[in-house]
Amino acid sequence: MADAKILEKISAIITPINRKGVALTGATSFAVDLEFDSLTVMDMVADIEDEFDIILPLNLLPDLETIQHLVDAVEKILSES
Amino acid sequence: MDLFDKFDGVAALHASLPFKDVDPFKVVMDKILSETVAVINGRETIMAGTNNYMGMTFNEEAMEAAKAAIDAYGTGTTGSRVLNGTYGIHKELEATLCEFYDTEHCMVFSTGYQATLGLVSALGGKDDYIIIDADCHASIYDGCSMSNATIVRFKHNDVENMERRLKRIPEGANKLVVVEGMYSMLGDAAPLKEMLEVAKKYGCMTLVDEAHSMGFCGEKGRGIAEELGVEHLADIVVGTFSKSVGTVGGFAVSNHPKFDILRFVCRPYIFTASLPPSVIASATAAIKAISRSGNRRAHLWENARRLHAGLKSAGFDMCTNTAESPIVAVHLPDPDVGTRFWEQLLEEGVYANMAAPPATPSGVFLMRVSVCAQHTTDQIDEIIKRFKVTAEKVALELRNT
Ligand SMILES: Cc1ncc(COP(=O)(O)O)c(C=O)c1O
Repeated sequence: MADAKILEKISAIITPINRKGVALTGATSFAVDLEFDSLTVMDMVADIEDEFDIILPLNLLPDLETIQHLVDAVEKILSES
Repeated sequence: MDLFDKFDGVAALHASLPFKDVDPFKVVMDKILSETVAVINGRETIMAGTNNYMGMTFNEEAMEAAKAAIDAYGTGTTGSRVLNGTYGIHKELEATLCEFYDTEHCMVFSTGYQATLGLVSALGGKDDYIIIDADCHASIYDGCSMSNATIVRFKHNDVENMERRLKRIPEGANKLVVVEGMYSMLGDAAPLKEMLEVAKKYGCMTLVDEAHSMGFCGEKGRGIAEELGVEHLADIVVGTFSKSVGTVGGFAVSNHPKFDILRFVCRPYIFTASLPPSVIASATAAIKAISRSGNRRAHLWENARRLHAGLKSAGFDMCTNTAESPIVAVHLPDPDVGTRFWEQLLEEGVYANMAAPPATPSGVFLMRVSVCAQHTTDQIDEIIKRFKVTAEKVALELRNT
């Protein structure tokens, strides 16, 4: 799947929980810009897993600070499966 | 720059809670009068926030056994289980647990935390998958971080969500599903039958942490797996002596033929001293007492149901619809009310647990009461009454009933 398509799907998942209405770009960070707490991140990850039918291991989460990190991780998992 | 700066957020969060006189994280029990009463700040207080479910802390046989063990073996072993720290009584305790659980193997650890930590971290190798419930205890999470496995988390108690994830794991990989029997914050039980059946359908090994269900669930008090008749689907059961057993320590039991090898690879088992003789002796006596404590179990459940019904009819926002366990928790709207409620309740002479994020699931704020088999019906009614008085004093709105 192309990056743009992944970004679009991920943005669609984030939009309803983007309470501060932050502009969503690759550089947007979950903790600083979106101010997501760990529980929000957890729910978001579960939704992304179901959307792409993949596993996003818990071990990966600390490295996924921005939307682009997440897009790259999803892309990598999809290309390996 | 200071290494401690990273904790500033935690310090600020703690400082922001509006306690007036007592800090719940710094309460000191001045005297312990019985299983259910302590003196705090000079006031006799009903203890309604311990894990002393079966009231074993003052069990006479357990106390006698502990005293005798000190006379016979001294105060400590000063060594690891795999060096000089295994006495005859340690083996006897393991045999007692094998008999209690009707299993072939048992390992006794120095705490329940280490038992879970040790099992999960040792079993999760590089190419393996560990699948956990999102609300699992810190010991399970820490075991996961210490392991080399890929960690997959599913939504709390959601069998369908778990199955969807199991389906995605590559075929042929070794999988360990880890769940608890009873979750300690809200006191909600796991749908263990469905979960273990699904886990088995996907060829997973299963580990059930019965920390908060051993002692009073099931006919013999082995836990939820016994109660639901699914012990044959639980490959490993982990538990603790720090709750129903009334002392400290942890264990794991299993019928896996290779189980004993864990004694050589499980770091939290090896790199720490074994439990002292007095603890071993009281745990052994308490487990034997628990196995013939049918009446105590019945009274504990009566207490739980009475408390749950009383708080529910008073209009409190209950965390579970019915009394699923001796843990009865109520939701409080925010940290401010939560803090004032906890403090006022203590003034009224009831100690309960205030639980706040991140220890609670979904960021909720709650007052957690856990009952003891030794609470009298009068004490339960007192707790209900003082909850109502406290709600009034801190202006907590109760539901119209
Ligand atoms: C599910 C679970 N596992 C393990 C433990 C740890 O038990 P222990 O107090 O024996 O370390 C607890 C208790 O806090 C628990 O709730």
